[in-house]
Amino acid sequence: MPKTLFDKIWDSHVVQHVDDGPDQLYIDRLYCHEVTSPQAFRGLRERGLRPLRPAQIFCMPDHNTPTTGQERPIADPVSRRQVEELERNARDFGLAHFGMMHPDNGIVHVVGPELGLSLPGMTIVCGDSHTSTHGAVGAVAFGIGTSEVEMALASQCILQTKPRSMRITVEGSLGPGVTAKDLALYLMSRLTTSGATGHFVEYAGPAVRSLSMEGRLTLCNLSIEMGARGGFVAPDDTTFAYLRGRRYAPQGRAWDEAVARWRTLRTDDGATFDREVSFDAADIAPMITYGTNPGMGMPVTGRIPEPAGPSDEKALAYMGFRPGEPMLGRPVDYVFLGACTNGRIEDFRAFASIIRGRRKAPGLTAWLVPGSWAVVRQIKAEGLDRVLADAGFELRQPGCSACLAMNDDKVPSGKLCVATSNRNFEGRQGPGSRTLLAGPLTAAAAAVTGVVTDPRTLMN
Amino acid sequence: MKKKFDIIRSTCVPLPLENVDTDQIIPARFLKATSREGFGENLFRDWRFNPDGSPRPFVLNDPRYGGEILLAGKNFGCGSSREHAAWALADYGFRVVVSSFFADIHRQNELNNFVLPVVVSEDFLAELFASVAADASTLVTVDVPRQTITNEATGRSKHFELNGYKKYCLTHGLDDIDFLLQSRPLIEAWERQHTTTP
Repeated sequence: MPKTLFDKIWDSHVVQHVDDGPDQLYIDRLYCHEVTSPQAFRGLRERGLRPLRPAQIFCMPDHNTPTTGQERPIADPVSRRQVEELERNARDFGLAHFGMMHPDNGIVHVVGPELGLSLPGMTIVCGDSHTSTHGAVGAVAFGIGTSEVEMALASQCILQTKPRSMRITVEGSLGPGVTAKDLALYLMSRLTTSGATGHFVEYAGPAVRSLSMEGRLTLCNLSIEMGARGGFVAPDDTTFAYLRGRRYAPQGRAWDEAVARWRTLRTDDGATFDREVSFDAADIAPMITYGTNPGMGMPVTGRIPEPAGPSDEKALAYMGFRPGEPMLGRPVDYVFLGACTNGRIEDFRAFASIIRGRRKAPGLTAWLVPGSWAVVRQIKAEGLDRVLADAGFELRQPGCSACLAMNDDKVPSGKLCVATSNRNFEGRQGPGSRTLLAGPLTAAAAAVTGVVTDPRTLMN
Repeated sequence: MKKKFDIIRSTCVPLPLENVDTDQIIPARFLKATSREGFGENLFRDWRFNPDGSPRPFVLNDPRYGGEILLAGKNFGCGSSREHAAWALADYGFRVVVSSFFADIHRQNELNNFVLPVVVSEDFLAELFASVAADASTLVTVDVPRQTITNEATGRSKHFELNGYKKYCLTHGLDDIDFLLQSRPLIEAWERQHTTTP
């Protein structure tokens, strides 16, 4: 019987099916960051256990790390304690740990694919909902809670009910100035923030196939914002070209064998999904959000729609927006480029392409936060740091930063921030902060004009 | 937190909003703790309190409402996977959350912390909200062994889903790690059959 790729990967990792219950799923790769792992390690210690397969576990702090002065200890004692506890847990249990200032440190969802730790056909989990990012390499990757991190540490397995399958096909090709982020924001605006709940998504179609790996990582990253358990793109030559030579990817003959295996990782013709939807890329413009969940998005040139109910009304009241108002021309206080969504080299190239030869808008604060030290090195190798500096922008050190403001990068109450991150929830970027989610081009356009701007008007 | 489940009869706290995300349930700045305790005081922090700590008009500050059951609009617990949200609900004293729809990760986090997510139809949820709005002392009974939820104001009762495995865990106070540790021979057998990674 024809099978979906999701079925192939999931089913081959089932250790046992629990009677009238979940599957016991074997986990190839567990990532731990400092926020959602301490209680799991504590639980392990209380039970007198050690990780079953330490070689398959990689740890790195990212949420609390400051984006300046990482050379020095973290000033906030509570943040510092959490980062130190991860280091201690990794040391005590013999786990790989890329600490602050380590050349491999960065946001876990940027680092994993970058080092070739995330590979096609794997099952990958982390105590972080954006673990779906790793689906871009053709893996079944998803976020879990801390109790499940403890399960994975103790047994390299988790108990999980198999999600239903869903395919999102995007036909055609994306227009100029329309990025993977705009595609994802469009899908969320059409499917709503709960439209894919209970499902694991395979992204397909020519518009998805033509995305670079960075674009696919952005798209898969945002799967959770449609409610999906995860999302992936079947591996192809783009995937293999990206992974080849990366440090933890197979090398030499093992590489050739792996690629031959990975080429079989595709949905069989005639396989059926529990749900199928399709969209046309030609309908997609640069997008921006206007509310307090990522599904509340619209074309940057659009007008704010009428609220559909009390939850929408509450969102507009929080944002201080009224139905019928345009977003274009609205003054912006902050711009944030970064996060596991848009903190990769391609995002910095896109941002630089708009700001080149222009100047940062007066009075605007811009936080440009690369996703990892490897991204920082690439930015410098390509001379993009000069382009940014010449336009009055400053590059910061890597971390999650203003995506969730667990460090000092907090947007003040009432201020409006165009952010390339993944969530515009109330207070997400700091208490009272107001977030407009957008892609790196739209963020750059706001950064040089000081107002919400259609990036296509600034493109050559 | 591992309190065994049987029959819970309680008044309810109504929160008739949709898409309540885990950033609202527990804001990120309270995620820096390294233990599981003490999150209840910051449950819904920014909806409950002003920045100066004074209370805001919010249902948890309304003396009419209380109890072990939270009624919430659809898509409860969307967004971040933070289990701290489930710890905060449990620490505050909620043992059951009733909604027409839960986000996947949060639903699992509740179950793993002995907070029972009960999924009901939109109609039944609307009726519960209406009963509680009309009379805050309305009792709701959640019978875990029989998998029924009853609105005592109207007498209407509905079945809810709970797989047999989780039901056994909840009614016996067992967690998944106890189960997984016993399966080590199966894990090792799986690994022997899958020697290439991946």
